[in-house]
Parts: sequence; structure tokens; C-alpha cells
Amino acid sequence: MTITHHLDDATLMSFSAGALPAALAAVAAAHVDVCTRCRREMAALEQVGAALLSGLSPVALASGQPPLPSGPRQPRERAVRASEVPRPLAGLLGGDLEGVPWRWIGPGVWDHRLPLVGAGKLRLIKAGPGRSLPEHGHVGAEMTLVLRGSFRDEAGRYLRGDVAEADESMPHQPVNDAEGDCICLVGSEQPEQFSGLLARQWQRLRRF
Amino acid sequence: MLGFSFTTRAGGGRRPARAIGGMADLLRRVAEQADPEAFRELFETYGPRVKAYMMRQGADAATAEDLAQETLLAVWRRASLYVADKGSAATWIFAIARNMRIDRLRREMPWQELPEERAEQPSSEAAPDEALSDKERQLRVRAALAELPPDQHEVVVLAYIEGLSHGEIAQRLGLPLGTVKSRMRMAYQKIRAALEDLQ
Repeated sequence: MTITHHLDDATLMSFSAGALPAALAAVAAAHVDVCTRCRREMAALEQVGAALLSGLSPVALASGQPPLPSGPRQPRERAVRASEVPRPLAGLLGGDLEGVPWRWIGPGVWDHRLPLVGAGKLRLIKAGPGRSLPEHGHVGAEMTLVLRGSFRDEAGRYLRGDVAEADESMPHQPVNDAEGDCICLVGSEQPEQFSGLLARQWQRLRRF
Repeated sequence: MLGFSFTTRAGGGRRPARAIGGMADLLRRVAEQADPEAFRELFETYGPRVKAYMMRQGADAATAEDLAQETLLAVWRRASLYVADKGSAATWIFAIARNMRIDRLRREMPWQELPEERAEQPSSEAAPDEALSDKERQLRVRAALAELPPDQHEVVVLAYIEGLSHGEIAQRLGLPLGTVKSRMRMAYQKIRAALEDLQ
């Protein structure tokens, strides 16, 4: 996988700090899982956290050291990525992309909401060839990771593993520019406001 | 104002942080020999700092105490994994504390992997030159952080130590979101530049 669109530096830093809103952190984790470059950056950035933690003025503990459990301390095996689904998503999805119960949201466009504990909204979006997602302006940040296929927006072309970030200052309109379906993981800080009239009707009817 | 000091203080009768290499050595002893004495030193050094971290993240003293105890207990339990990891002891403890905080204080799912889960394949013990460059890396990160302009340093501390998102930092400081992000990017670039020849 050749990844050309990475996480923004400020996003990576916030992610390693544990300060990214949950929906964005989910997308960041899925990207980092498939991106060697961003995995390396995460390792370097955690040293920033380590240095800041080490530099904090200690607050004395009220109680002493807990009794130490003995017994086997087995290394945990890392799950092997068995499909095109990034590991952090596998648990949420409970299967591969073929088994997703898609919901039709417009001609050639489907979505599927993923359960998320915490702020924001996380979902999969599927667009048929030549289809675009409804135009929307964002309230807060949004991150889109390509899981299958590719899309193009104002900033360029995004292939599998690439991630696009947008905020209120940069509305974007991704269009599937390939022959097959394009499936993306989309995390939004807050539910987006669709600006098209039709989309607005849908939003009302389907309570986005 | 942020109560942040870079030099370590032996506050509350606790010992100051050891040299970075010494900490890695302690963790190695815990990992390889389940050495309780080495663990006690790690506990006394990091326990009070993890407690301080949890309090800065908004926990009350009792909760912060619990989470510090649990973080250090996780260090003990998982220490055997540390050997395969190339990060420093402090990096590892930070990552465990960060995830503990997301899970227990924010009650969200920690999406961040711990360093040992991120390793592509578990390697055996770090070679001596890797251990050295790891220590060097920590020193350089500390130096780079200390040299950041105050406005960049501030946003980094608010993210790492107070757990604030970009939006929350913007609100706290009364700055446009774009300014917060660009300060963070500039800070990151300087830290990255400091590590360049070690990557």
C-alpha cells in the first residue's frame, strides 16, 4: 500500500497525547494501523509525552506500593490483519466489508453508523462509481480514510490507506473516481450539516 | 501558571527521577527477573508523577491515586513485553498512563496502541547501540521541548498533560483554531528536526 496522504502533524500530535475527540481518534488509529510512516511518528511523539510526564512535579502517593501479583506474564499476541479492515476497526465491524448492513442515503450512496463511545460520529460510507457524497459544510473537524477504491476531492486523489482531513474552513466534496465502489471510514467531530436541499430533506426524514 | 517544571524536584520526600538509562535498566530487571526491588524504584519515581498527570487531566486526588497505582501495576504485569519494545521506560509508562486515562477518566475507548502492540514483529532484546540511541533520543526530545517558544510549548503541554483537543485549547487560550494547530505543527517540526539523524 502506497500512502501519500498522511495525518496532519497537529492531528498526530493530538492523537499521541490522547487528546483527539473519539470519532477522529478512531479514524487516526485505523490510518496509523496501515501506515508505517505514521507508526514511526507515533513512537517519536510518545517520547514527547514521556518527557513531559517525567518533568511533572510529583504528587506524593497516599498509600504505598500495591502487593505485586505473581504468576505468568504472557506476551499478548498481536492480531494479524486478516482483511482490508484495519485492526482497530475489526472489533467494531465484527466482520469484513462484505457483511456491512448498508443503509441507502441517496442515489449510489450508502452509509453504516458504527457504535462509538465518546464525542462525535463514526460511520462507513460507500459510494458507487462516479458518485459523490452530498456536499456538506462541517461543524468541527472531519477525517475520511479510504478503505477500498479511491476518491478525488479539491486537494487531490486518495487511494486505500490515504486520509483526508477537513474542517469548516475547507468544505470538500469527494467523488469516487474509480470503476468500483469506494468505501471510506468517516469520523466527524459533530454531525455534519448537509447543504444540498435534497440532503437536507433526507437529514430531516432520516434524522442524521 | 501551568505548574509545569522541567527540572525534577524531590517533592514530598520522593526521590528525583533517575537518569534515563537507569530507568530503562530498572524496567529491564523487572521484565527479565521480575525483580521487586527494581519495580519499587520505578514505582517511587513514576507513581507520584502519574498521579500528578491524572490530577492535571481533571481527576480528584483519590481517583488520581487509584489510576497511578493501576498504571504502575500494569507496568509490572506487562513488563515482559517491554524487552521487545525499543522505546524508553518513560515512553512506555506514558503510553500506559495515557490509555488508562482515556479508558477510566474519559470513559472512552483508547484507540492508541501501546508501543509493544505497534511493533511490526517482536524482536529480541534491543541491541546496545539501540539502547544508546534511545537514551539519546529522550535527551534530545527534552532539550527540544525546553527550547520551544513559550506559545508553542504551551499548546503541547495543554494537549499532553491536560488532554485538551485543538478546539478546547483554542477556547482556553482565546485563539483561532488555525493558530493552535499551526503552533502545534511548528513545535512538532522542531522536535522532529532534533531527532532527524537518529530515526
